[in-house]
Parts: sequence; C-alpha cells; structure tokens
Amino acid sequence: MTPLPDDPALTRRSFLTSGAASVGALVVGATEPPRRLGAPRRPYGERSPHETATRYLRPTATPDTASSRTPLQALYGIITPSALHFERHQSGVPDIDPAHHELLLDGLVDRPLVFTMEDLRRFPSKSQIRFIECAGNTSEDQVGRPGIDPQRSHGLMSCSEWTGVPLRTLLGEAGVSPRARWVLAEGADASRHARSLPLEKALDDVLVAYGQNGEALRPEQGYPLRLIVPGWEGNTNIKWLGHVRVVDQPYMTRDETASYTDLMPDGKARWFTFLMDPKSVITRPAGGQTLQGPGCYEITGLAWSGRGTIRRVEVSTDGGESWEDARLTGAVLPKAATRFSLAWRWDGATATLQSRCTDDTGATQPTREEVVAVRGLNGTDHYNGIKAWYVHRDGSVRHE
Amino acid sequence: MSRAAVIAALAVPLLSAFAVAQAPPSGIGRAATPADIRAWGASVAPDGTGLPAGRGTAAQGQRLYGADCAGCHGDRGQGIGEYPPLAGGQGTLASAQPVQTVGSYWPYATTVWDYIHRAMPYERPGTLTVDQTYAVTAYVLHLNGILPADAILDDRTLPRVRMPNRDGFVGDPRPDIVAHRHQRR
Repeated sequence: MTPLPDDPALTRRSFLTSGAASVGALVVGATEPPRRLGAPRRPYGERSPHETATRYLRPTATPDTASSRTPLQALYGIITPSALHFERHQSGVPDIDPAHHELLLDGLVDRPLVFTMEDLRRFPSKSQIRFIECAGNTSEDQVGRPGIDPQRSHGLMSCSEWTGVPLRTLLGEAGVSPRARWVLAEGADASRHARSLPLEKALDDVLVAYGQNGEALRPEQGYPLRLIVPGWEGNTNIKWLGHVRVVDQPYMTRDETASYTDLMPDGKARWFTFLMDPKSVITRPAGGQTLQGPGCYEITGLAWSGRGTIRRVEVSTDGGESWEDARLTGAVLPKAATRFSLAWRWDGATATLQSRCTDDTGATQPTREEVVAVRGLNGTDHYNGIKAWYVHRDGSVRHE
Repeated sequence: MSRAAVIAALAVPLLSAFAVAQAPPSGIGRAATPADIRAWGASVAPDGTGLPAGRGTAAQGQRLYGADCAGCHGDRGQGIGEYPPLAGGQGTLASAQPVQTVGSYWPYATTVWDYIHRAMPYERPGTLTVDQTYAVTAYVLHLNGILPADAILDDRTLPRVRMPNRDGFVGDPRPDIVAHRHQRR
C-alpha cells in the first residue's frame, strides 16, 4: 500500500521516493480498481448500512409499557436523531390518523374549544431546541449499580428541535378563568396518560408540538401532537396529546403521587419535583469503548439543565483531584443538551474521567456521595450525580 | 409544602400572565360540544370533582378483581414478578426495603378510582363501567384494610376515604444539596 503523506512515520526522503512511484502508477492506471456507479436516488433517506447504533431495549414482561435508551456514545453535536430519541410508554404506541385527531381545551375557560391538526398549524409557530429527560434517568447510578456505558447510564435523555404552538396561545383563545391554577393534560394512548401542570408553567414556555427535527413527530414521540414542557421531567411531556383541561387544583393522578415522587430516608416523599437538575456525562471515551494506545484523544460529552443554560463544564482525568474547563462547542441554549470538548493526552496509565457542569443559576452537579447523604437510596428519580469512567492500562474504558 | 402552599406560591405570577393570555381570539378552532367533553371520560380530583355518579360494593369488586386483576397483581394484591403489589407495605416507607402500595403510599382514594378507570385492566384499559370501577376500588381498599368487606363506595363517599399516607408528601425543597466545588487535593 502506498503510504499517505500525512503519516507521521514518513520521512521526507521516503515520501519523495514513494511519491514518485505513485505518480507512475496513476499514469499507467493499471492498479486502480474499477469504479462502479453508485446507488440511485431514493424518496426517503436512510443512514449508511455501516452505521449500526440503535436504541437499547431492556428485556421486560411488558414491552409496551417500557422504555428504550438513546445511544449517546454514538451521537455528534446536540440533536438526537428522531429515530434514536428515547422512548417511555405507559400503554404502547397508538396508531393515530392526524386527519381525525383533535385537541379539546375545556374546564375553567370562557370558550371551550376543539382544534384539528390543521387548525393548530394556522397559529404562529415556534421552534425551540430542548432536551427531554426521564425523571428516572441515571437512577441505577444513584443506587450503586452504575450504567456500563453512556446509553445505559444516561440514555433516557434526548434533545430535539420541537415545533408547535405555545400552549399560552391556545389558552388565550379559550380565555382562562381567574379561578384557574393548574391544567390537566391527557394523552390519547390506551391508558390516557395524564399529568397536572401549574398554570404558571403552562403560560410560560410549554409548547403544543407537532414537529420534531424538521418533520412530523415520530409515532413513539407522540404523533401527531405532544406537549413539550422544557426542563421538566419527561413524564409531564404528554404524548398523543388530546385534552387539556383548565382546573383549580392538581388532580393527583397516579404519576404525580404513586410514581415520580421521591421517597426520602425519613419515609416522607417529595412530590411535584418537576425540574431536572444540571447533569452531564462524558460520552467518549466512555464505558464500553477502547483507546487505541497512548496519545491524543478528544474527551467529549453532553451537559444539560432544566433550570437554564449550561455555563461551564469541567473535566477531571484524575478522579476529581483537579478539574479543567472544557470548551462548549456549537449552540449553547437554555434547557438544551450542550456539547463539551477537551483535548486530552493519555499517557497509558489508569485514569478516571469525570465531568461536572454548572448552569446560569449557579447550580453545580454534586457527587453521588453528596446526593445520597441527603436523599438516601429509596427515592431515585431526579438523580444528577457526577459520573465516572475508568480507563484501564489495556485501553479499555469501563464503569468500574 | 402543602397543596394550599403550592397553590399560593403559584398565584402571584398569574396576574401578569393573564394580560397576555387574554388577547383577542383568532377564531381558529370550533366550540366544544358536550359530546366532545363526554368523549374524554372522567378525570377525578381529590375533592371528588369529576367523579361520575355511581356505586359499587367490595363484594362485587372481589369478583371483578379475580377475573381482571388477580392474574397480574395476585389474588390478595401481593404483586407477581414485575407487576406491582397493590396491598401491604404499611410501615415500610422509612426502611431500606420500602414497599409502596395503594395502602402504604397512595395519598388519595380518588387516584385509585381515576387510574383504574383510565388505565386498567392493563390489556383492556377503559372497559370497566363507572359502577364496576367503584366496586374494584372498594375491593382494593379493602385488601389494604382501609374499608370493611361489606363496604359500599359511591361518588359521595369515595373522596371522604382517608388514606393512611395522606400526610406523607412534601413539596420540592430543592436546592437541597450543596455541591462542593473545592478540589480534593
């Protein structure tokens, strides 16, 4: 094989010698493999067959009420491809014909209204890049069974560009009663998943979304309509949205009482803990990967905060003895995944890689020990401790 | 934080928000009819708002439970495998092995009715009638020792059922953890 000019082992002398030989081969044309015409056009694109990253589906007795996890270690930038956005269903993915899907807005309003999908697209639209994270993401790390790779530890977080109409626009159409304090949102899935949201949030930045990453929502992401509740636990982002009722109290649905509440060491449970706190994870190098010998590598990963915008990500390669600021690359947006990057030279010794992020409210990611000291091990939603990956001398990167 | 405190905390910012929410309507959409609203069925608040009129007995509920629920949740609500227990666990919430059930954890009986009616049985959600839902709710509460075996439940009595863990919840106290940013050396 002819060496490439950027091979660092190549001396100037050998380049000149072999370069002359290559030129000769091109002139004759005898060693060039024959070229073939490529594949034709296709109406809907698919990724290269060489790309194989998929969502992780943990085996379960009830696959239609389970979750799947995003392969964070395979992603670039901040957008999760729609096909790889994590899933969490209470009763399977409904097959909904958008021509027959309607949104009912009723309760404590002057004018109860029904909107078709065509109606909703007549309102001024808004697009915003926001993460969605399941409240239970990284709970295994809290209880001391750390996920073996970024997908299994942090894969219940994904980030998309969502397009739709602000919920406040629709509430304005209906006219909200002064007695209103909450809204109850219901999905059109088989079990009519329902959550109560404070009216203040509904009037703030909640989106009634029909678009995801430039096209319609994927079925498993709520097609044709879902709520986007920026920065709040994924369970409140009601998919297959069909009903918003304006009410005077939280309805205490199952998923705001029996679930998504965090049991504390004293036996009391926290409820309405909507916000997802600042969190980050190194996605490369990370568990399940192997370094190809000592040398230069990029340490990269994602950080996000439901409280606001990521301002700082620090990386430690020595188990937290020292920290260095990583560079925030690309778009740095509120309540969105934020990409960080740091050049690193691996010397071949064991190393412990960690990241910790700080948002624009000043909130910083704590250690696992700091979380467990306050919250114990029973209530495991909303955990945001620092995650560690361990580089071994053979180059393997593991969760322990 | 109590529910009243949650509501009070939310009340202040509403005044400014209303100014925007009350912009003139565009006329997009159509007026909802009673049929549109009925089609979504019941959503029930803890004070009983939204509960449809009806009644059922724990005895009727026991028969329905045996046919529709016991296969996953066990004949006494003990749970089977991944399927959660519905009964037991009282007194375990502060232990290392808490068992969170309707009886030990759920703060409102209205939530039991609402969830059974909207989401159960798992394979056929929405198939229980209003009266059947009262009956199954009564039986699940009986399995937890909250109602007697001869209990009758209706839209007037259900919201008055006092659940054992009614006062077991607190509002969001975060930030509750101080992350120490010092270097460990």
